[in-house]
Parts: sequence; structure tokens; C-alpha cells
Amino acid sequence: MGFENLFLGFQVALSPFNIFIAVVGIALGTIIGVLPGLGGANGVAILLPLTFTMPPTSAIILLTSIYWGALFGGAITSVLFNIPGEPWSVATTFDGYPMAKQGQGGQALTAAFTSSFVGAWFSIVLITFFAPVLAEIALKFGPPEFFAIQLLTFSSFVGLGGGNPLKSLVSILFGFMLASVGLDIVTGQLRLTFGFVDLMKGFNFIVAVIGLFGVGEILLSVEEGLRFQGARAGMNTRVVLDTWKILPRYYRTFVRGSFIGFWMGFKPGGATPASFMSYAFAKRFSRHPERFGKGEIEGIVAPETAAHSAGVAAMLPMITLGIPGSPTAAVMLGGLIIWGLQPGPMLFKEQPEFVWGLIASMYTGNVIGVLMVLACVPFFAAILRIPFAILTPVIVVVCAIGAYAVNNAMIDVWYMLIFGVVGYVFKKLDYPLAPLVLALVLGDLAENALRQSLIMSQGSLGIFFTRPIAAVITALAIFFFVLPLVTPWWRTRRGAAATAATPRGH
Amino acid sequence: MNVLVALVSILFLVTPAAAAWEPTKPIEFVVPAGTGGGADQMARLIHGIAEKHKLSPRPIVVVNKSGGAGAEGFLHVKGKKGDAHTIIITLSNLFTTPLHTGVPFNWKDLTPVARLALDQFILWVNAETPYKTAKEYAAAVKEKSGQFKMGGTGSAQEDQIITIQLEQALGVKFTYVPFKGGGEVCVNLVGKHVDSTVNNPIECASHWKAGRVRPLAVFDTGRIPEPDWKDIPTVKDALGADISYNMLRGIFGPPDMPKEAVEWYVAFLKKVYDTPEFKEYLSKGALKPAFATGAEYVKWVEGAEQLHKDLMTKGGLLKK
Repeated sequence: MGFENLFLGFQVALSPFNIFIAVVGIALGTIIGVLPGLGGANGVAILLPLTFTMPPTSAIILLTSIYWGALFGGAITSVLFNIPGEPWSVATTFDGYPMAKQGQGGQALTAAFTSSFVGAWFSIVLITFFAPVLAEIALKFGPPEFFAIQLLTFSSFVGLGGGNPLKSLVSILFGFMLASVGLDIVTGQLRLTFGFVDLMKGFNFIVAVIGLFGVGEILLSVEEGLRFQGARAGMNTRVVLDTWKILPRYYRTFVRGSFIGFWMGFKPGGATPASFMSYAFAKRFSRHPERFGKGEIEGIVAPETAAHSAGVAAMLPMITLGIPGSPTAAVMLGGLIIWGLQPGPMLFKEQPEFVWGLIASMYTGNVIGVLMVLACVPFFAAILRIPFAILTPVIVVVCAIGAYAVNNAMIDVWYMLIFGVVGYVFKKLDYPLAPLVLALVLGDLAENALRQSLIMSQGSLGIFFTRPIAAVITALAIFFFVLPLVTPWWRTRRGAAATAATPRGH
Repeated sequence: MNVLVALVSILFLVTPAAAAWEPTKPIEFVVPAGTGGGADQMARLIHGIAEKHKLSPRPIVVVNKSGGAGAEGFLHVKGKKGDAHTIIITLSNLFTTPLHTGVPFNWKDLTPVARLALDQFILWVNAETPYKTAKEYAAAVKEKSGQFKMGGTGSAQEDQIITIQLEQALGVKFTYVPFKGGGEVCVNLVGKHVDSTVNNPIECASHWKAGRVRPLAVFDTGRIPEPDWKDIPTVKDALGADISYNMLRGIFGPPDMPKEAVEWYVAFLKKVYDTPEFKEYLSKGALKPAFATGAEYVKWVEGAEQLHKDLMTKGGLLKK
């Protein structure tokens, strides 16, 4: 490896045709990202046949550009309407939507796009210089390590809700229950389908999220007569520059989010847990955790940095090992084979022009992408100036189309409406939605990894402690599980000591 | 996009009543598996070839219906009785899913259109292990029966069926670890999380070239004739065990699909099959070219169904 390879790649990626392809791809991808349900994987799959007449490098640039666009675009509806366009932007709604309601939609979007860009570049640089080494590390991650990571994600969220722990528990168990519907991969049997064909594919995460967050929020707004205050915000074209002045303050969150995203992104389904974990850690380490969930800009920086960093890292196992790190990468991998390339460890040696063209296009694609979406920030923010009575029906229709697009199935639109009611009831009764969503998206992955591990160890839990990487991550997870129990005790002890020393202390 | 396609097709509905049948609206191409897998790849390749060479007057829309190990897709097509604009690509789950889960469908519910190819299976071990031949590996497994981990795709599907056949032929026991997809299985072998796999050739080809995995035997009656693969012995030569298993890559239509429509699809698939792109795909993936239609195809499927019934009964994988 060396700079001449990267240079060769840039020559490929910067050809006028490939730049044109990238711009088209990002524009399409952003639209795909905005439409909830029509995710990156679907978008790439639909456009895949169009690429058969292109040279492979242009083809992969088109597909990856769609992917970058979807990563950027996922944040738009999260911030503006509380509807995550993509699974990994669920955590972005926690603070993005409150900001938009306070008339700071432009700032929230700028923060989201900028964070995405930073996260992406972090991962691209790592891939450029360390891809083969990182691929070797990725190989060390078997089912036990994967389960340990899932455990860490759960544990980082424990005790964060701040509300009633029993309600969080109910929410998380409800999520696990929904996640277990469908095919059990370990036994190959159907579970909880009660003979209904429509239940066989289980509950799609994105359909649930559109319902719980989007439709639920609309029901709530209708009842409370809540109005967006976006109109007051005005169309400030300087919003991007103004927000950039604040962002460097959160450099720690940027670095942490990038790292979390990169390490989680290796494995399938990595971007979503990464965004949750990054949010949880940002809140944990923040000096003002109470501001999170009410419109804290750091609560946008954390998940977006991690999600985009993970989204890029998902490409690493694809180009180095021939396994997809995300559903979108799985479709691209199919593309490689159809273009006549053999994905896997030999790709670097046999097709340097393709691999380095792809890596160089990650740099150019993300620069083009962030410029395009940032230029549109005032426009996106202006959408909120549309009267609520007109906007709401449009949102409902977009939600329904999105839910339908996931599987081309009408039943998903009904599921979405049911989840909307569930989301409304949960909010009314003050049950937190985040644990439910987390359990739904990770439940299936965590269960498979746990059972695969236990099959490998013939039933012994020791497998999570005897393998070095798994042991470290499991220990970390246990630490975070115990932390909320220990902290009050620690605080009272320290508090008592402090009071003794300085009576005025608190 | 679908709406647009539908509108366009309405505009063109006034086609002259020609003698031969042709699709008059978009063709729904169902894949009873997830995106990115072998069946999905082949469906999208057929879609791409059809677009590139303009082989179909109407567009093809590939739809994944992977729920319940493919049952969702099969039941969807089963419910479209007499429809001429829906086809489905099948893999072994055409047989294994109804046998194992009891979901009510059978290939006899569907209209056979054409068999395109057969996929091979190979016994792989990590290249850093000392086992140079299948015999050495079998001896090691025998010594520590039950300690060796065999990785495979899904449960009670082709990989586990082959594993059970191997166990019964050798009188040994493996610990079978199910994964979600074939690519993931091979990477777990490279990462030494499992001891062996029965991956399809294409799933492990690149890791083999990189020197990370080693093929020991082909589960077929003859060697793979491709130059890269022809040195791998058959299981019969290597172990004396007569195990052969091929996976179907074929196309079916809904129940009672009109005869003229079946004829059109057969001709269409033959054209696709004869393109250099499709030939190259088969050769790269070491898939057995096996175009067959009509009675020949039905006879093969009947045989395959009986084989799966026998194997799954012997392996204790039938729905209880």
C-alpha cells in the first residue's frame, strides 16, 4: 500500500463522468434517505440493474453515493418531523426534534450533517491506511465477541432514562417480544406467528419506528394543538456558519462517536447500535445530562458522528473479506459478482484500480454530499414554515408510503398505524420509547449471537470470559450495568465526606 | 416507481392481438430469500441481462419475500392462481421449509418453468489446520467426536442436511452452528470460530485464493470441470462415502399459469441463459449449467423432493 495507490484512485474518482455519477447518486440517495422505509438497501437494489452497462468503478461509485446520500438524508426527517428516515437516525430524533420545535431546525440539521461528515472522514482515513490490519482484527470477532458488543450497547443505556426503571423494563421486554416474532434461525422454526403468513417475516424495525415516533408524535400534536415554532426561525442563510462556531466545543463527542462508530460498523447492523451507544456515552459524560432530550446539540452530534462512521466502516469487511457489514453492503456485494469481480481478500491485489477508486470516491463522495445537503439547510428548515394543518397530512402520507416501501406490503401500513397508537399510549403514560426500539433492533442480533456462542461452547457461559476480546468487552458491559447501582452509593459517600469538609458544598 | 411503471403499461395496453403471448404489465420476480444471497444475486442478474439485451417488453421488478425461511414468498406466489406476471426463483428451501416448519405449500402447487443451474457444495477447513485431505480431517473428528464445529447457513436447510449425511456416513458427530448467510459462514471459518464448513464454491472462492481456507472434497458424483476447481476430489474418492447434493436454482410460476405464458418465460430464460454474462457468472461461481424445462425439469424436482424427504427423515429434521 502507499500513496501512489490512493493517487491512482483519485485519478479514477475525479474523472468528470465519475463526479457526475457521484452527484446524481447523492441526490437520489438523499431522497431515499428522506423517505422513511425506502432505505439505502432498497434504493441500491432498485438501481443495481442500471449499473450493468457501466464500468465497475463507476457502478460502485453510483451505488456508494446513493448510500452516502441516504446516510445524510436520514437525519432530515428525524430532525424536522421526529420520523427517522433510517434506523440509525432514531437517536437523532431525541434532541433534533426538540430543537426544531424550538425554531432551531437549521442549527440541528447543520450539526447533523457536519457530524456525519466528520464521522465518515474518520473512518475513511482509517480504511485508507489500515484496511488489511483492520480486516485481520475484524476476523477475530466471532459470535461471542459480537454478543459482548450487543451487551455493551444495552448496558450503556441502562439507567440513562432517568424515569421509572420499571417502565423502562416493560418497554425493553415489549421490544424483545416483538423482536422474537418470525423465524428462529437457530432451530429453523417459526415463533409467535399463530399461523398468520403476515407475521412470518416478523416486525420490521423501520415500520415500527415510523409508527412509534412519527405517527405517535402526530397523534400527540393533534391532541395538544401543538404548533411548530419553525416560522419564527426565519430563513437565515448564515445558520450554517453560526452553528460551525459552536461545534468545535464538542470535539470530545466527535472523537468518541467516530471511534464507537468505526468499531461497531464492522459487523452487520452496526450503525444503529453505534448511534445509540454514542448518544448514551455522550449523555453519561456530559456536564449537563439533564439537557439531553430537550434540544441539546451534543445529542445530535453524538449519534450522527457514530452512524456515519459506522456506515463507512461497513464497507471495510465488504472490500477486504467479501462479507457485507450492512444490508446495503450486501446488495453491493451482489453487484460486484454481477460486474464480474470476485469480492474477498484478493480484490485489493487483483483489482487495485477498482478498490482504490472506491476508497478515493469515499472522500470525494462525502465532500460533495456534505456540500449539497448543507446548501439545502435553509430550504429544509423552511419546510417547517408550512402550516401544521397542511404539513401533517403530507407527513402521514409519506409515512404510509415509507412503511409500504419496506416490503411492498399493505400490512406494514396497518402495522405502522398500530405502532402509532402504541407510541401515543406510551408517551401518554410516560413509558420511554427508546428501550423498546433498542430491544427491537438488537434483540434478534443479540439472541442469535448468544445462542451461536452457547452452541460453540456446549452451553458454557465461560466462552464470554475466556476469549480475550470478548472478555474485555463483557467486563466493560458488566461495569456499565453495575454503575447505576453503585453511583448513588458513591455519591452519598463522597457527598458526606464533602459536607464534612466544607459545610456549604452540595 | 411501481405506480409510474403501471401508468406507462396502461398507455401501451393497446397492443395488437399477436399470436404469441407477451407480458402486458411489469413482471414481479419473487426472491424467497434476503437481499445479497445467491438466489437474490441470480434474480438481479437475470433482471440486469434482460434490461441490457432488451429481452422483455415489460420491466421486471425483483421483490424479496424472505419471511419464514422463504415461506412468505412461496405462499405469496401460491395465492396468485392463474397469474401470468409473477415468477419465483427457488433454492432448496422449496423442499426444506415446508418439511421442517409445516407451512402448507409444495412445489406441486406451483407451475415449473425452467431449471437454470445447480449449485455445488464443498467441505472446507481453515488453511492453517494440519488436515490436507478429507481422510485426515475425518480421522481427527472421529477421535474427538462432538468437539468439532461445523458452520452452516440456517437450520434444517441444505448445509445441515449435508452435515448430517456426513455424520451418518462417517459415524461421527459435529456441533452444528447456524449462521445467517453463506459469506458470514466462510468468514467465521477464516477467523477460526468454526472448524469446517460446507460452503458453496463462490462463497469461499476468494478466501481460498488468498490462502486462508482449504477445500477437501466436493459433495457430488463428479469433480467440478472448471480449471480452478478440478483438482478437488469427490467425497466418494476422498472418503469412500457416497454423498452427493446439488442445490436447485430454478424458476417457477403461480398455480395454473397459462400455458402460453409458460412458453414465453421458457424462451425468455433460455435467451438469458445463452448470454455471455450468464455463462460467465456460472463459470465464476462454479455453478453447474443445467438448463431444463418441461417433463425433464418436473422429473428432476420429483427426485429432489424425495431425496429431501429421505434425508430429513433420517436426520430427524421433519416437523413433529
